[in-house]
Amino acid sequence: MAQVTLDAVRKIYPNGVEAVTPASFTIEDGEFVVLVGPSGCGKSTLLRMIAGLEEISEGDLSIGDRIVNDLDPADRDIAMVFQNYALYPHMTVRKNIGYGLKNRKTPKDVIEAKVQEAAAILNLTEYLDRKPAQLSGGQRQRVAMGRAIVRDPALFLFDEPLSNLDAKLRNQMRIEIKALQRRLGVTSIYVTHDQVEAMTMADRIIVLNGGKIEQIGTPSEIYHDPASTFVASFMGAPPMNLLAAEMIDRVLVFAGLSVPIWTTARGPVQLGIRPEDLRLDPEGPLQMEVDLVEELGAHRLLHGHIDDQRLTVHLSEDTPVQTGPMRLSCRVDNLCLFDPETGRRLVTALPDAAESPVEAQSETAW
Amino acid sequence: MADITSKFTRSRSLPRVKWSQVVDHAILIAGALFMIVPLLMVLQTTTTSDIETMRHGPSLMIGTELDDNFRKAMFEASGFSGENSGMSMLMNSLILGIGFAVGKIVIGMMAAYAIVYFRLRFATMAFWLIFTTLLLPLEVRILPSYEITQKLGLLNTYTGLIVPLIASATATFFFRQFFRSVPEELVEAARIDGAGPVKFFIDVLVPLSQTMIAAMFIIMFVYGWNQYLWPTMVTTEESMYTLVRGIKQIVQVLEGNEIPQYGRANMLAIIAVIPPVAVVIFFQSWFVKGLTDSDK
Ligand SMILES: Nc1ncnc2c1ncn2[C@@H]1O[C@H](COP(=O)(O)OP(=O)(O)OP(=O)(O)O)[C@@H](O)[C@H]1O
Ligand SMILES: [Mg+2]
Repeated sequence: MAQVTLDAVRKIYPNGVEAVTPASFTIEDGEFVVLVGPSGCGKSTLLRMIAGLEEISEGDLSIGDRIVNDLDPADRDIAMVFQNYALYPHMTVRKNIGYGLKNRKTPKDVIEAKVQEAAAILNLTEYLDRKPAQLSGGQRQRVAMGRAIVRDPALFLFDEPLSNLDAKLRNQMRIEIKALQRRLGVTSIYVTHDQVEAMTMADRIIVLNGGKIEQIGTPSEIYHDPASTFVASFMGAPPMNLLAAEMIDRVLVFAGLSVPIWTTARGPVQLGIRPEDLRLDPEGPLQMEVDLVEELGAHRLLHGHIDDQRLTVHLSEDTPVQTGPMRLSCRVDNLCLFDPETGRRLVTALPDAAESPVEAQSETAW
Repeated sequence: MADITSKFTRSRSLPRVKWSQVVDHAILIAGALFMIVPLLMVLQTTTTSDIETMRHGPSLMIGTELDDNFRKAMFEASGFSGENSGMSMLMNSLILGIGFAVGKIVIGMMAAYAIVYFRLRFATMAFWLIFTTLLLPLEVRILPSYEITQKLGLLNTYTGLIVPLIASATATFFFRQFFRSVPEELVEAARIDGAGPVKFFIDVLVPLSQTMIAAMFIIMFVYGWNQYLWPTMVTTEESMYTLVRGIKQIVQVLEGNEIPQYGRANMLAIIAVIPPVAVVIFFQSWFVKGLTDSDK
């Protein structure tokens, strides 16, 4: 078990690409951290530097109390699970799981006992003598997990381990991995571009964009308090609505909506509203033109526009809806404002309830 | 159900002749005969006495001299020193074929391993240099090769017979292509599992290359077995003769006014054909499996 600390760790590939700009953060002992971001943002690069598969260009990486920059992957006390499993095709499941121990000169009977134990945890006991080609995708993934857990490493690294599985299996494995990590209490870093995995598995999420860390926070912080328009639009399905609005005399004005808000910004701002913070309300201040209703069983999504700005509404109640004009109201205490130029979040506060106009207050109530 | 059965019976009771199939088979049969008949002719002459063969040429008659010819071919020495019986030539050929194939595979694999997996400076250039030696077969460099072999005192030794032929651009090239198709993650997983370069090579790469090795073995064994020019140059002692050489020698020795020993020479020819065929048959299933199975 160990704490992992990155101190201004940076990666420049030989071809000059700066895949990771200096990143500093600390992962606590036993924590499950998810690295998330769009394709090509440097998630794998960061993970592979921690694993020792990629050289660190600058900065210090420590696992536990050692600086491990110059250690071989095998000496870093880590285990890694790869996207395509990377099982040795010619070895049985038993040998695959035990190979790392064998290389560490562990006695045969100890290996066998550990393999059995790992297999029992992962429900693989009956497959121990099969070759990887004779297993299903989920089983192979479990073997890869087994290979990681037999060694009792200080740190688990996962690089999109579930992206080759179908949706159902992915949900199941997600829960299994999370439960296993809880049970073993091993510090884990998990790379994914699936935000559902990120939200559900993480103790903390690190959002990367173009090699830079956009935000580090708990899933709830990331979701409700996005630090930038990038995070706001990346996390959440459907993502946060981002609308061009204006601050006029300490009042936020967007279409028919005007909300008194305290902020330092003046003039144009970006207004962020989560789709579930909008709701149908015949008396509401916003008039939306609904173009499309998406029926998703438990809830529905209305896609449409106000003036020229597209937005999405998440409806969980069972009101009949059709396309066409529709009036909406909005929950104001979850509004986010962003700088339209930099995309960074603006500090805002709602005025005291006593001062706020009746309209806004009644909105807050539901 | 009814439909299906009626269809079956109909197609059975009225076998329609497809002309395209007839043509296909005719071509295949003609090809097979073309390959087999000469062998059968050779085989036939090994069963009759030399006089018979001399008189009638190959015929359809199966004689009674098979045993005798076999005994002469295998155990009776020809030549002057009397040390090159069929047995010893077979032995020499096997040593050459196997040594040649194994040597080429080992060297080719190791060269490819270095080129693919290590960040060597000029690795690409080294590879292409090796590759261009494909343009320099033994025949082109035979004089310098002979001179070096001779100066090292390796004439009439197995080392001299095998080692100068071993460096192989072909094997290196095939193994390089194969190694490059092995997923990167496998290497990384092995590194994390604590397998160093030697362990990775032996524990992972060699077993993965099995089918490739089998394919190479077939090709190289047959190639080595059929070597004629090089063995002729470096072996002067009759005890070092290979089969391919020895057959020629029997015919040579008997160019006087004696009756040529057809039975004996042809028996040796048959014996010379068997091991390569056996190797192909033995490794074939692996070979095909390697080309069709793609679970890496
Ligand atoms: N070996 C390399 N040499 C040069 N550039 C590289 C190398 N590997 C990755 N890159 C670049 O570094 C950047 C980050 O790549 P990385 O693989 O870390 O992305 P990622 O976030 O894991 O993406 P994905 O979600 O698609 O896996 C990319 O722009 C990529 O082109
Ligand atoms: Mg990646």
